[in-house]
Amino acid sequence: MARTAQQTGPLRLWIDWTACDGRGWCTELLPELLDRDPDGYPIALDPAVGQTRDLTVPAPLTGHARRAADLCPRLALHLRPASPDVGARA
Amino acid sequence: MTFDDYAMTTDDASTFLPTSPPASSSAATRPARPTPPSHSAPPTPGRARTGGDDDRPVTSEGGVGVVLGRGGEPVAMTGPGRPTLGARLMGLAVADLADHDRLYGAVPWRGPGGSLLYELRASGLTGRGGASFPTWRKLATVLESARRGAVGPPVVIANAAESEPESAKDVTLLLRAPHLVLDGLQLAAEAVGAGEAVVYVKAGPGAQAMHRALSQRHATGRDRCPTRVHQAPATYLAGEASALAAAVAGGPARPHAHWLPLAERGIGGRPTLVDNVETLAHLATIARWGAGWFRGVGTVDDPGTLLVTVTGAVRVPGVVEVPFGGTLGELLALAGGASGPVGALRIGGYGGTWLPASAQAEGVFSRAGLAAWDASPGAGIVTVLPAHACGLSQTARIVAELAGQSAGQCGPCVTGLPRLAEATAAMARPGSPVGHTVVSAYTHDLGGTDSPGRASQPRPGSVSGRENPAAAASRALALAALVAGRGACHHPDGVARLVRSALRTFAADIRAHADGYCRGSAPA
Ligand code: SF4
Ligand code: SF4
Ligand code: SF4
Repeated sequence: MARTAQQTGPLRLWIDWTACDGRGWCTELLPELLDRDPDGYPIALDPAVGQTRDLTVPAPLTGHARRAADLCPRLALHLRPASPDVGARA
Repeated sequence: MTFDDYAMTTDDASTFLPTSPPASSSAATRPARPTPPSHSAPPTPGRARTGGDDDRPVTSEGGVGVVLGRGGEPVAMTGPGRPTLGARLMGLAVADLADHDRLYGAVPWRGPGGSLLYELRASGLTGRGGASFPTWRKLATVLESARRGAVGPPVVIANAAESEPESAKDVTLLLRAPHLVLDGLQLAAEAVGAGEAVVYVKAGPGAQAMHRALSQRHATGRDRCPTRVHQAPATYLAGEASALAAAVAGGPARPHAHWLPLAERGIGGRPTLVDNVETLAHLATIARWGAGWFRGVGTVDDPGTLLVTVTGAVRVPGVVEVPFGGTLGELLALAGGASGPVGALRIGGYGGTWLPASAQAEGVFSRAGLAAWDASPGAGIVTVLPAHACGLSQTARIVAELAGQSAGQCGPCVTGLPRLAEATAAMARPGSPVGHTVVSAYTHDLGGTDSPGRASQPRPGSVSGRENPAAAASRALALAALVAGRGACHHPDGVARLVRSALRTFAADIRAHADGYCRGSAPA
C-alpha cells in the first residue's frame, strides 16, 4: 500500500473531531458537501456519500475543498488521499 | 454449516486423548463424515499424547480430550458425549513454561523479513479484538513503513486491555496459555523487526500471569525482543488502539485523531503494531503448524476458531472456543444452554448489537452470518437476555454508561451521547397513554427548526411531563445517525449500533410503552 501511488487517487475530507469547534466555517465554504448539524458541526450533506469520517471529494470540488481546509480556523479539516482504515481498532 | 460439519473426521484417525475421566466411547461417537476440504497435515495413526506418567494430561476439564495431529497440533477436542471442536488455543493450554515447551516445542522463529506474513496471509487470520482486520496486512504495513525509513524501529503491542465489561476471554487466555501469547508477540516482533514489545494489560489476574510468564521466560533467555508490561487503565476506551498508543507512550489513555494508521506512524512516530492477545496466540499456532492446519476449521472467509465469552442467562457462563460458522444456538449449548426462555441476544458486548431470540437457530457466528443483523463477531461476546427481562432498560443503562465513558474530546460525541442516553431512557419506560398526542408534536428532524438537543428538555405540554416513548425512539434514531462516524474513535458508532438494534429488536416493547403499558416482554 504505497501511499505515493494513491496521491493521484480520489481525495477525501478528513475531520479532526478533537479540534473542530463547530463554528461551521467549512459548511459555508463547501456547501456542496457539508451541512451543519443542529450544533453547527459539519455533517455530510448527502448521507449516501459517506459519513463525515471518510468523505470522498468529487474531482470538480477539489478546489473548493482545499480552500475550506486551508481556511479552517482550527486546522481541523484536511484533504487526504483515500486510504484504507488500517488498524483503526485493535 | 454447523460446528459438526467441521468435525475432525479423518479415517486414518489421530487418536483421541482421554483425560480424566477417560472418554472411553469417544472413538465410537466420532462422526463418520467425509473429510471436509482441509489442508491439515494428515494425522499419524497412533500418534497420541496420553495422560500417562511422562506426559501431563493435555486438558483436565470435565473429561475433555484432545485429538492431536502429526506435529502435535490439536485438531479436535472431544467432550464427554460427542466430539466438539475448538481446541486450537485452549486444547493444549498450559500456564507453565516447561509444559508449554513440551507441548509446543521451541519458538518457531522465522527469521526477519516477514516470511511469516505469507503464512498469515494464507491462513486468513483476522484480528480478534473486534475489528476483524486481516492480521497480515497490519504486519505488512508496519514492515513496509519501517523499510521506508521510519524514525525508529517498530513497536509491537499485545492488547489485553479487555475493556468490554462483559468480556473475559483475554484474561482467560492469559491465565491458561500465557506463553502462547508471548510466543506470538515475539514472532510478530521478529517479523516486523521490532525494537520493543509491550504487553498492555489491565490490572488483575491477567497482568499477574503476564508478569509471571515473562519472568519465567527471562530466566531462560528465550525472548529476542525486550518485552515489558504496561498496565491498562480500567476505562472503556483504554483498549482503543490510539488510546492504547497514547498510554504506552506515557500519556493518558485517550483516543487521538490520527489519519495515518498506527501501523505507519504510532508511538513516537514509529510504526506500531497493536494486536489483541488472542490474535497473537493464533499467530503463534499458525507459525508452528501452518495456514493449512489453521484453515482446517472455520469458514472460508472466517477460518479458524475464536474465543467467545458467553454471559447472561446461560447455565455455564464462561469462555468457549469455537470455530467460525456454527449457529448461535450451538454456541449457547457449549455454555450449558440457555437457563430458560430467551428474550434476545446481544453480540459484541456494550457496543454490540441486539438480536432477536430467533437468531439462535438462524444466526451463524461469522462475519457473513451476522451481517444481516448489522452485527459482527467483534471481540467475541454473546450475552443472553432471558425472556421477561427488560431489554430496553438494559439498553438505556448501557448507553448511559457508555455516554459517561466518552473521552470528551469530539463535539458530536460529547453533546450527542448524553442526548442519546436521555432519549433511550425516555423510550425505555412505559409512557402515559394520553401522552400519545405528543407523537404528533415530534416535528424536528435534521435541519428542522427543533433540534434534537432542545427536544431533550421535558415537554411542559405533555401530561406526564415526559416525552412519549415512541417520540423518544424516533429521536434516539435521529441522534444515533448524528453521532455515528463523527468522532476520533469508533466509540459513538458502537453506541449508535446498539441503539438501532434495540429499536429493531424491542419494537413491540416500544409500541407497548407508547400505549402506556409494560408487556412484560412477552414473546413478540
Ligand atoms: S471550519 Fe473547521 S473548526 Fe469550523 S466547523 Fe469546519 S472543520 Fe470544524
Ligand atoms: S415492555 Fe416492560 S419489560 Fe418490555 S422493555 Fe418495556 S418496561 Fe421492559
Ligand atoms: S469520538 Fe467520543 S469517545 Fe472517541 S475520542 Fe472523540 S469524544 Fe472521545
